[in-house]
Amino acid sequence: MTQLANYFASIGRTTIEKVVAIGQASLMLFGALFAFPKVKNIGLTIHQIYVVGVQSLLIIMVSGLFIGMVMALQGYTILVNYGAEGSLGPMVALSLLRELGPVVTALLFAGRAGSALTAEIGLMKATEQLSSLEMMAVDPLRRVIAPRFWAGVISMPMLAIIFSAIGILGGHLVGVDWLGVDSGSYWSIMQSTVEWDKDVVNGIIKSIVFALVVVWIALYKGYSCVPTSEGISQATTQTVVYSSLLILGLDFILTALMFGIS
Amino acid sequence: MTKVVEITNMHFTRGERTIYENISLSVAKGGITAIMGPSGIGKTTLLKIIGGQLVPNSGDVIFQGENVHKVSRSRLYEMRRKMSMLFQSGALFTNMSVFDNVAFPLREHTKLDESIISTIVKLKLEAVGLRGALGLMPSELSGGMARRAALARAIALDPDLIMYDEPFAGQDPISMGVLVELIKTLNKALDLTSIVVTHDVSEVLEIADYAYIMANKTIIGAGTPEEIKNSDSPLVRQFLNGDADGPVPFHYNAESLQDDLLAVN
Repeated sequence: MTQLANYFASIGRTTIEKVVAIGQASLMLFGALFAFPKVKNIGLTIHQIYVVGVQSLLIIMVSGLFIGMVMALQGYTILVNYGAEGSLGPMVALSLLRELGPVVTALLFAGRAGSALTAEIGLMKATEQLSSLEMMAVDPLRRVIAPRFWAGVISMPMLAIIFSAIGILGGHLVGVDWLGVDSGSYWSIMQSTVEWDKDVVNGIIKSIVFALVVVWIALYKGYSCVPTSEGISQATTQTVVYSSLLILGLDFILTALMFGIS
Repeated sequence: MTKVVEITNMHFTRGERTIYENISLSVAKGGITAIMGPSGIGKTTLLKIIGGQLVPNSGDVIFQGENVHKVSRSRLYEMRRKMSMLFQSGALFTNMSVFDNVAFPLREHTKLDESIISTIVKLKLEAVGLRGALGLMPSELSGGMARRAALARAIALDPDLIMYDEPFAGQDPISMGVLVELIKTLNKALDLTSIVVTHDVSEVLEIADYAYIMANKTIIGAGTPEEIKNSDSPLVRQFLNGDADGPVPFHYNAESLQDDLLAVN
């Protein structure tokens, strides 16, 4: 009987802890959203765009190139059976713009920039830098969290666009230059098939949603971690795991809403 | 005498653990008040409560006539400009040079010209003997230097109250002597009020005007250094003499060793 009671008590305790955590995370998000950096601090946001955005460029570009190349290779071997290799262009472009661009960029961003953000904020907490900011009457949400938040949200859609563009070029490299698909049909069928608002804009919307989720999780996990080496390592892992799962889950929901039922 | 900080009947728990039970203490303006006690009883927590970073379960914490935990957030931030805290680790911003660290509060809270900021920063660093180190990064400083640099940052805005969290912990005798001297001189020269939280009894009693000893979740002794040294309370005596066992037990709460070892699973 007591075991059963303990079992329910532990379920209750975990639920309360989770609800409290969600509440705290929402408060932090609220604080960051409404603490758009002061004009004086705009330099901090630009610096963070450099750190989380520009410094992620290499991994994004290389990954985009290879994914585009693989897509073209795989697509060609299937399409050529039906004599439809002319549709390689739209196949590569649509897959990248609608799905792979936003999703893979977000996954890479979570691993490259998200984990770094969590570790950085966690270490700032462990070394009492966040406390000392508070004691100096400087709000860490405004000074530390908000610039990183906005930098992430601004950078990720741009990275996704670059990813897709490089991927399409990678597809061209393999499909046209190597396998001999006609360059004219690669570009012209792509142009006539890809729709601006349905494909490009929806991809960007996805990317913005993923950016919000990844940066929010990364910053909250850092801000709320247990300030020990173990706590920081756990928080960093959780950032990558939770972000990845949420990106994939949300991608399904967004795809269903955008393309599912017409 | 005017009180800068006044704590009355304060109760604080963390999770299910009680840290303070019904604590009352006050800090007189212009003096150095020492708060001593064994490690791990939450002396740092006390400073965070005074600074409004932690909220007690009950009781009042008054700073310059205003209740720290009942004012609005913006008012609390205004009050914090008049108080300053020297963290145990120094808590310097690792991505900024010593100069930028000391200039940080000035740049955040004032609209002073860069040339004036530079003059103030140099003067503050001169006061702690680190003007020559202004271009160094925190990682290039020794522990004692980092603490002095943090001290320069703490006094950058000329606060009314400065709280030192274990300023002597892990310092060699020379750095310790330097810090003791600095705390004393700065308190006098800048007309500060200081709270020094420490377990280094002999150092702090040299410079303190008044001292509190904390143990077992409450204050076990209070008075001027003379009164503390002459106290006949067994708890105070144990703390001053550094006895391993006494009213503050050597063993963490546990069942008897015999029961524990002979217990059948």
